[in-house]
Amino acid sequence: MTLVNVWFILIAVLWTGFFVLEGFDFGVGILHRYLSRDEPDRRTVINTIGPLWDGNEVWLVVAGAAMFAAFPGWYATMFSAFYLALALVLVALILRGVSFEFRGHARSARTRGIWSSLLIAGSIVAPFLLGVALGDLLRGLPIGSDQEYAGTFFDLLQPYALWVGVTLVALCVLHGSTFIALKTTGDVRDRAKRLARRAAPFVAVVVAVYAIWTHVIADKGVLPNPVEIAAILAVVAAAWFAGQGRDGWAFTLTTIVMAAVIVSLFTELFPRVMVSTNGSATDLTISNTASGSYTLKLMTIIFVLIFPVVAAYQAWSYHTFRRRLNRTEFENPTEE
Amino acid sequence: MSNVDLARLQFAMTSIYHFLFVPVTIGLGFLTAVLQTAWYRRGDEAYLRLTKFFGTLLVINIAVGVVTGLVQEFQFGMNWSAYSRLVGDIFGAPLAMEGLAAFFLEATFLGVWIFGWNRLPRRLHLATIWLVAIGAALSAAFIMAANSWMQHPVGYETNASTGRPQLNDIWAVMTNPVFLWGYAHVLLAALATAAVVMLAVSAWHLRRKSHVDVFGRSAKLSLAILVPTMFLAMFVGSELGVVEAKYQPMKIAAAEAQWETCQPCSFSAFQIGGGNDDQNPTKIIAIPHLLSLLATNHWNGQVIGLNELNAQYQQQYGPGDYVPNVFIQYWSMRVMAYAATLILFLGLWGLWLIHRGTLERSRRFLWLSVWAVLLPFIMNTAGWMLTENGRQPWLVQGIMRTTDGVSPSVGTSSIVVSLIVFFLLYLVLAIVDVVLMLRYSRRELPPAATEPAGEPPVPAAIQ
Ligand code: HDD
Ligand code: HEM
Ligand code: HEM
Repeated sequence: MTLVNVWFILIAVLWTGFFVLEGFDFGVGILHRYLSRDEPDRRTVINTIGPLWDGNEVWLVVAGAAMFAAFPGWYATMFSAFYLALALVLVALILRGVSFEFRGHARSARTRGIWSSLLIAGSIVAPFLLGVALGDLLRGLPIGSDQEYAGTFFDLLQPYALWVGVTLVALCVLHGSTFIALKTTGDVRDRAKRLARRAAPFVAVVVAVYAIWTHVIADKGVLPNPVEIAAILAVVAAAWFAGQGRDGWAFTLTTIVMAAVIVSLFTELFPRVMVSTNGSATDLTISNTASGSYTLKLMTIIFVLIFPVVAAYQAWSYHTFRRRLNRTEFENPTEE
Repeated sequence: MSNVDLARLQFAMTSIYHFLFVPVTIGLGFLTAVLQTAWYRRGDEAYLRLTKFFGTLLVINIAVGVVTGLVQEFQFGMNWSAYSRLVGDIFGAPLAMEGLAAFFLEATFLGVWIFGWNRLPRRLHLATIWLVAIGAALSAAFIMAANSWMQHPVGYETNASTGRPQLNDIWAVMTNPVFLWGYAHVLLAALATAAVVMLAVSAWHLRRKSHVDVFGRSAKLSLAILVPTMFLAMFVGSELGVVEAKYQPMKIAAAEAQWETCQPCSFSAFQIGGGNDDQNPTKIIAIPHLLSLLATNHWNGQVIGLNELNAQYQQQYGPGDYVPNVFIQYWSMRVMAYAATLILFLGLWGLWLIHRGTLERSRRFLWLSVWAVLLPFIMNTAGWMLTENGRQPWLVQGIMRTTDGVSPSVGTSSIVVSLIVFFLLYLVLAIVDVVLMLRYSRRELPPAATEPAGEPPVPAAIQ
């Protein structure tokens, strides 16, 4: 296997890691108000990811930077093509990122409410638009022979791409609710479980449509792609476990669904990185966008040396904060 | 304004904004770690209270610093796609290493530090704040290596078939003299920035006689760090000038508004007029030999003037104007150096007051120290204006011009929209950040109890 292939896989791994981890962060952001009756509830929910979300977001930073280093042509075309969409993603991530901090410092219920709303909006917009962008990679965009994007903003809004965005948001909600059920106790947990149970069948339909549509769009023959099958099976199993109220299993399965959804997109894409609607001669592929062999070799060495360490200490930080949270920890009689 | 101008404006805005927070994070991370170490070693509760107090400021600052970093990461591809395509092979590598080696470290352990007060053994918990500080300093290393490569490209060969520069020697990139000196300068600048912030906050409390025993200590600590780092920052800065004069003579000649070649050269300390279309400004104060000394380290060194350099470049690279904006260069250099001198004097005064034992009572000194907090931010911005503006018209010195680097597929309206949106967003964030910083800086110290139940230093989401 050549290093170019290895880096395609690593980038898929980084995007997958991002959505699996930040996926439940987004879900927590979206649901923190819906699952709560009062402020201590909301704090309980937000604190399930308090120490973790920043480390999770770095997966996106590294995914972007790895594309830049290993496939500069891909990075350049994709990021400039999605200019306005990405600007909006940034706005969403910025507002979401600061609202964790600023919300906690707010003095009045009103300002806290504003930061809460921004947290929710940011947590919906970011995965939606990133999903649209990923969907467009596979669906195809007008790309010129100079590898530059030749379309407009509205060319990005294709039904399939929008569906990928919807799928990711729906999955984030489900993934977030199984995560909250796993990390809290009492009423909050009950509400999260109930939500997971009710939402799961709908999400299963959304994911199934996604898997089939992805297969059709990629147009690689009738034979089903095993990862797409896995996504469908896993989402059905997730719905079943959520229905049974088995938190641990439900969360494990939503993790698998999320991973399978992202991986299936990348497997259908390979060896292309951006499909062109101007004919396959203008497709961006791993070979016509890659860096030189020296850079790839160097990056591979660095990755092999550092990534296991990163994975180990992130896992350790999850282990350190494994305990369930209870709203009594966040009840503060002097407020509200 | 053309797309290039708009994209430059956007890049300048976002990076300057990012760099308001970065030095505070790097420096305050280190200072907080020092405070916590002092508490760990001596068990003196005053240091625990200071750790929590300045730790809160650190975390508020990081919250904004981190989200502005996201923009940085994306905008190379968004606004500078031709540039990214051409040099991603070399420039992308340090960026990816930064993410892997530094950002993960900083972000993960920051979370552990904030929420780990009562959950980890003390020693381990102390280690996490050090890892945060190390992560921040490491991230600056990689990004400076990338930036220095744009100032002085090394360690690459040009691919004959694609015409693209390709990395062939990472060691050369990481030992680029511009990088080594620049990185040292940035780290020292960051420490000095944080020391001034700590001094200002302590002085504010001392003036109000609140917790004089505790804030007296942090004031002394900050002065003890400020004076030597300031000395070193100034020394390294002037060496950096010499290094730059070698690889980017245009940049330094412009910083001195030196149009004609001179030997020996006098230093213009202050002048009126003198932009790109005024080659004969009124020099108010000129100090003989000083420029020779600064730019070449020799009493009678020669500094080649802008006109001659421009002629050389035209021969080498074809017709065009290779002189950067002289006014910006001249004044950003001076603002940085003069403000540095002021801060240094303030620090020396403070040391003298410590020696006399009257630091906590000297109202004039304390008043000045509070206001001095503005200076490091101005210096940092000026330093980057000097660095980046002096590179013009090149995006990568000698390899790519700024006008050739922009994204051809991004329309003017898109850039305008994003520029306005980011501007407004940054404005709001800045206001909230300043309000919070002021509010927490003026707050009472957290209670001394060593292990209060469920009380991380940063109440943030919990509070
Ligand atoms: C507290 C901050 C601070 C202080 C006290 C100084 N500087 Fe500085 N300077 C910076 C903060 C800074 C900076 C913002 O960190 C820069 C921008 C890029 C860089 O490498 O560091 C910088 C850049 C920078 C450069 C341009 C480097 C390049 O083009 O790559 C020069 C020549 C100097 N400085 C010189 C000085 C001199 C002669 C100083 C004192 C007399 C001085 N600096 C004090
Ligand atoms: C955070 C500190 C930084 C600040 C404050 C800063 C400041 C600036 C400024 C003021 C400009 C506009 C120059 C002009 O209009 O003449 C600029 C442009 C630019 N800088 Fe920086 N810069 C910083 C760091 C970096 C780094 C680390 C890189 C690369 C890794 C970089 C790459 C660029 C690029 C690509 C441009 C746009 C093209 C150009 O106008 O030259 N900057 N920056
Ligand atoms: C223009 C190029 C730059 C890019 C692409 C960039 C990228 C980023 C990103 C993505 C983050 C957020 C990391 C996270 O999520 O934890 C960040 C934060 C940070 N950056 Fe930058 N950055 C740039 C310039 C600089 C410079 C010039 C320095 C230092 C000299 C620097 C030092 C830091 C530090 C210390 C942080 C930690 C967060 C903070 O406190 O502010 N960055 N940067």
